[in-house]
Formats: sequence, structure tokens, C-alpha cells
Amino acid sequence: MTAVRASHVYKVFGRNGKEVVQGLKAGKTRDELKRLGTAAVIDASFEVEKGESFVVMGLSGSGKSTLIRMINGLWAPTAGTVEVAGQDISRMSSGQLRKLRSDNIAMVFQHFALLPHRTVRENAAYALEIKQVSKTHRLERADHWLQVVGLGGWGDKYPGQLSGGMQQRVGLARALAAETDILLMDEAFSALDPLIRREMQDQLVELQSTLNKTIIFITHDLNEAMYLGDRIAVMRDGRIVQIGTAEDILTDPTDEYVASFVQDVDRTRVLTASSIMQRPTAVITDTAGPRMAIRMMEDVKTSGLLVTTRDRRLVGQISDRAAVNASREGAKDLRSVITTENVLTVRPETPMSELFAQSSSSPVPLAVVDEQDRLIGVVPRIALLNSMASVSPSTGELPITRLSDSDTGQQAEADEVVASRPTAGDPAGASAVGGASAVDYASDSAPEGVSGEGPNDIDDAGRPGAASPIGGTAPFVFTPPESAGASAFGGESPEAEPPTGPDAPAPTDEKGV
Amino acid sequence: MEFDFFNPRIPFGQWIESFIDWSTETFSLLLSLLSTVLGGLYDFFFWALSSPVYLIMIVVLAALAWLASGWKLAVFTLVGFYLIRALDQWTNSMSTLALVIVAVLIAVAISIPLGILAAKSDIVSTILKPVLDFMQSMPALAYLVPIIVIFGIGQVPGAIATIIFALPPGVRLTELAIRQVDPEVVEAGQAFGASDGHILSRIQLPLAMPTIMAGINQVIMLALSMVVLAGMAGAQGLGGAVISSISSLNIALGVEAGLAVVIIAVYLDRVTAALGNRSALERARSA
Repeated sequence: MTAVRASHVYKVFGRNGKEVVQGLKAGKTRDELKRLGTAAVIDASFEVEKGESFVVMGLSGSGKSTLIRMINGLWAPTAGTVEVAGQDISRMSSGQLRKLRSDNIAMVFQHFALLPHRTVRENAAYALEIKQVSKTHRLERADHWLQVVGLGGWGDKYPGQLSGGMQQRVGLARALAAETDILLMDEAFSALDPLIRREMQDQLVELQSTLNKTIIFITHDLNEAMYLGDRIAVMRDGRIVQIGTAEDILTDPTDEYVASFVQDVDRTRVLTASSIMQRPTAVITDTAGPRMAIRMMEDVKTSGLLVTTRDRRLVGQISDRAAVNASREGAKDLRSVITTENVLTVRPETPMSELFAQSSSSPVPLAVVDEQDRLIGVVPRIALLNSMASVSPSTGELPITRLSDSDTGQQAEADEVVASRPTAGDPAGASAVGGASAVDYASDSAPEGVSGEGPNDIDDAGRPGAASPIGGTAPFVFTPPESAGASAFGGESPEAEPPTGPDAPAPTDEKGV
Repeated sequence: MEFDFFNPRIPFGQWIESFIDWSTETFSLLLSLLSTVLGGLYDFFFWALSSPVYLIMIVVLAALAWLASGWKLAVFTLVGFYLIRALDQWTNSMSTLALVIVAVLIAVAISIPLGILAAKSDIVSTILKPVLDFMQSMPALAYLVPIIVIFGIGQVPGAIATIIFALPPGVRLTELAIRQVDPEVVEAGQAFGASDGHILSRIQLPLAMPTIMAGINQVIMLALSMVVLAGMAGAQGLGGAVISSISSLNIALGVEAGLAVVIIAVYLDRVTAALGNRSALERARSA
């Protein structure tokens, strides 16, 4: 269901608004029409679904603040229509408009816009005061929402006694207390310190997961846009130049402008497990026999398999050794040898920044599961690194053994195999390498396109090395997708790398702030 | 009358004179009503201030000072007004105080709404600006004459001259105060669906109050500075005493009446300034 729909909206400041719109429609530029009036918003069309977080991003002067003010009718569009909850607001009387604002749309402001002469509690109750809710009830509601935003007990203070971050929490409580479906946030966190801003962003995301409001968020900070937005509209000089998910904009910018904009974005906060996960192929159902498992490992050239139930619910993993033992003991199925050891699961929406630590402590690819625990993909460590940047040959400290092509997997979808397990080397050492590399790549991350095809770059880099079989010094085994020949390459031993603890944090978290 | 370009003479004064003659006749009913209201108000306040025993009045004034500001001002009030009584200027002072109260009440009642209008509308603001300039810079003696012509001699012309002179800062500072209110806060009111009246009474006026109070303080001080002129128009009180001291070269009376004016001025200034610091906004700031 559409909460807000804008179609071909223009806003021109100046007396000859209609003329300017005509001119713009006839193809003239904004600068040519400057003398007639300033076109702040040009031909903006978008729809925001109910429950969606829609971010409008652009530099100052790009028209984003004007755009948001047309949604609640503070500005009337010069041309075009804005519909809120199915009603065209340009046809409303000022009374209807006021009712719409108090019932449907709440707003959070850049500089908080609190009433300095009222207490925090009275400020939070302001929207309800306009709705003419009785005093005791509205103060009660205000206290509730202050509690929700983490300001319980501050109700009797005045806004001037609070820090900026706390004041904006009051602003947020005031907007939430209005209990509207739509929340407009105009550069709501831009005036805050970076650390506080980050905290507020996290809080908003958390609140949104329970409140499920339609949020329209204005920002000039792309990291913020990418972190908060289900979809993002990028504005430039009054026009919306691209609308898409964070990933669309990051991986497929429409023009140079958007591309240069996204250059510096902190990818680890934007990309999620789902955007870098690969299709799991080294997977077997738990009803299969050990022989089947061994054959499959041979086919897909791995030394371990993830095990699911028939309805693809992840139950654990088995190693080649366990499968061979089970086969020797004549086990009918794999259930007895499944282990959950080392199997870490993440959700598709987990941001990449949170995958590093987990990945570095796990020798097996991270399993991506949905709400029902169903396996929907895997994130091998190398895919994680590769998403940050192309891996250059000079930094190749990962001893990698490429085995062979794998187009013969038992599962029809098998086109790439990613599986790994610690072998001879001690797992901690292997993890240490992974951890260290994660740090290295993350901090070196070059702003190039994110490649979805994981290991290819390594393949292209083609570092020649002695072929080393499974169980050599290689802690990882994986097969790149379009691998042609059987040219295996391995590398120096993991010990060459200074060991960094497996819990080495991914430092990229702070980057975008 | 022929107009000689090289020796120009425009009979502007005569035009005004005839205009005043005309309006005195045309609006005589209205003018006499105005005169009655102002006279009645003055009589009421003068009665209220002068009929109690002077000691009781001093205590009441000191109590007001205490409530508004604190014990220091209360002590000053006790000493100051006792001094006024000792200078034998008590009745004159109460008369002047009554005149100032009436003039200020009416000036404020006119200037605040005008200031609000001027803040809301650029057209009103543009029209008011030269009018206010005119009222402030025109020598008071120049408009005292037509006022005396219209209203005769007494308290009423004194009050009207005082209102005209004291009004402009009230309008100007009210307009400024409301225009200075953070537009984002006003927008917040609008965004949550508040009506214009609600925004004015709950957001703009409270936030503008410290500056508006400064304007009212200016109105009071200007009104007090007009008492001598009011005396010229035949008003009783300290102004009248100063005028008669000039005409009779009575140095003692002039000095005593002048000192009483100063004491009243300091009292009114400190009390109104203290009231300005008690607005909701100032309370919040000092919390």
C-alpha cells in the first residue's frame, strides 16, 4: 500500500512559478529560467510504501528540504500532485491540511525545534496538545515515549539543560507520541556529533523494527542514507537523479554524479550478507547416506558439506573424515555424524560490518539463514574480502588451493562451490590469518565497484604457486565459479602473517562516521 | 492661490489646521467619548493611588517591588517613596503615576497588536514604519498644540500626547520580537497541525516575551519622560509642579518635583525589568 505518492511535482519560488514550470517542461535549464524564479524541485515523482524507510539524499540546495515540506503541505507544489494516504493534499483546505498533519504526519527537525520555555515532558506532549488530548493523558503518553527513546526521568528538565543528542531524542519522542503513520525526518541527525549520530541511527533502526512507520528521511550524508534507507532517492539541482536500494545505487549508479557521491561510502554498513552471499552447493540433506556425501564431496571438490533437512533447514555440517568413518561403520544416514561445531549462521540483513568478526572466528563459510532457519546462502571469507575491494596479488597471504571445475554437483543449481574446513593446520592459526586479512582489506578498501563474483579476481591475479592438495598448509579450499583449468595455486604458510587474534575487530565500522 | 515655482510656499500647516478643525466637528462625538474614557480611567487610578493613607500605599508599592524583584528593590521603594512624601510631592506623584499607568495601558493595548500585525504582514510593517518614525521624531510640543485644541486643557490631552510619544518602541520591539522567534520552532507548530492562533499564543508570544517586555519597559520610561510636557497641557502632577516652578522661578519646587520623577522612574524601570525576567522562557533559561 502506498503511503505517499508524488507525481511530477515542481516547486518554484518566485512570482512566475507557472512560467518557470512551462519552461522546464519545454526543456530549458534551471539557470536559464533563474530570472523568472528559483526552481527548487523539478519533476519529482516517487512512491513510498507503507512501512518503508525512504531516504531523500542530496547536497544542500538540491531541493530535498523543499520536497519534504510539500509532503505535509507546508509548501504547496507549483505543479504536480502529492497524495498522502490516497488523498491529494493540494486540494485540501487549510483546516483539512492541519488535521492531516496532526493525524497522519509527524516531523523531526534538524535543529530539534523544541519549545525552550516548556519542559521536556510538555514538549513531548505537544502533538497531543494540538490533538486536544486531555492534559493528564497526554503527559502520560509523553512519559511513555520519553521512556522509549531512553529519556525516562528527564521529563521535568528544560530542553536547554539537555545535550544535543538528548534534545533530538525529545524531538523524536514528540514525533512518535503523535502516533502518526508517517514520520518525516529533516536532516534529523545532521546537527549531532558523529558518535551521537551513529547512536541515534541505531536507535531509529531499532525503533522502526517494532513501530513499522513510514519514514521519509532527508540527509546529505550518504552513509546515513545507505544505513537507514530501504530505498534512496538521490537529488541533484532539484531533480531526483536516481531512486533505488542502497545496493542499486552503490553498484549501479545512474550517472557520474551519483558515482562520485558513492565513492566514499562505507560499504560494510551498506552491504548485507544477502548482497554478498553465494549459492550454497556443498549441501546435502540429512537423510542421505554417507556414501552419497562422499561422492558429493568428490564431485564438488570440498572436504566438508553443510547439512540441511529436506525442507532446507540447516542442521550442521559434516567433514569428509566423519563421512568416511560413518560409511565404514555402515551408518544409514548422516544424522549421527553431523556436528554443529564451527557452523555460524547470520541473517540476510546482517550488515557486512558484523560479518567480519564472525567470519574470522569460523573456518567454515558463514551460513545465511532466513527466519525459518532455512539455508539460503553462504558467505565464504573470501567473498567478504572481495566485496571490499579487488584483491591484489601482492597482498595474497591466503594459501589457496583451487581444485577444479565444478559443474557436476548433484544439485542442479551447482555452479560454484564454496566450502572450507580446517585441516592439518591448527584452526586458530587459520582464523588468525583470516582475521588479519579482513583488517587489511577493509582498511585498504579501494572505492571500486563491488564485484559479486567472489574469487574471480584472485583467479585473474593468477599468482602461480605449487599446487597443494587438501590437507596441506591450506586452511581454505574453494573453487571459484568460472574456473576453467585445474591450475591450482597455493601460497606461503599462514605463519608468515603476524597472527592477529580471531576476534580482531573489523575497523571499518568507524569509517563512515 | 497661485503657486510660484521659484518662490515656493506650501501651506501645509494650514491644511492640517483645517483638517483638525474639520475632524473636531465631524468626530466630535467620538472625541468626547475618548475624552470621557481617558478622563474616567485617570480619575479611577488617581483615586485608587491617593485615597489610602500614604504609609499604606508605600507598603503596597514596596510589596509589589518585593514580589517582582526582591528585598533590595523593596527597601529602595520604602525609602524612595517616603522621601517623596517628605518632599511634599505625594499627591503630585500619585497624579503622575496615575497618568503614566493610563497612558501605558493604552499604549501597550495598541502597540502589541500592531506589532503582531506588522510581524505577520510585510505590508503593515512597511506602512507602519514611517508613521512610527513620524510619531517618535516629531517634536512633542508641535503636536501638543492641536491636541489641546481638540481636547482642551487637562489630564486628557496630557495622556494623549504621552500615548503618541510612548507608543512606537512598543510596536517596534513587538514586531522585532516575533520576527526573531526561531522559524523552525514555528514550523514545528505548523507541521504538527497547530492553528495560527495556537502558534501565536503558545509559541511566538511566549518566546517573544522577553523582548516584548523590554518594549513595554521603554514605553513606560518614555511615558514618564513626557510628564513635564503633560504638565504644559494642563495636567496636574509633577509635570504641573515643574512648569509652575519655571513660571515662578521657584527653584526649590522644581528640584523637589524633579527628584520625585527620578524616584518613580527608577521604581517603574526596575519593577518592569524584573517582570520581564519572570517570563516562562527566562525561567526555563535559568533552570
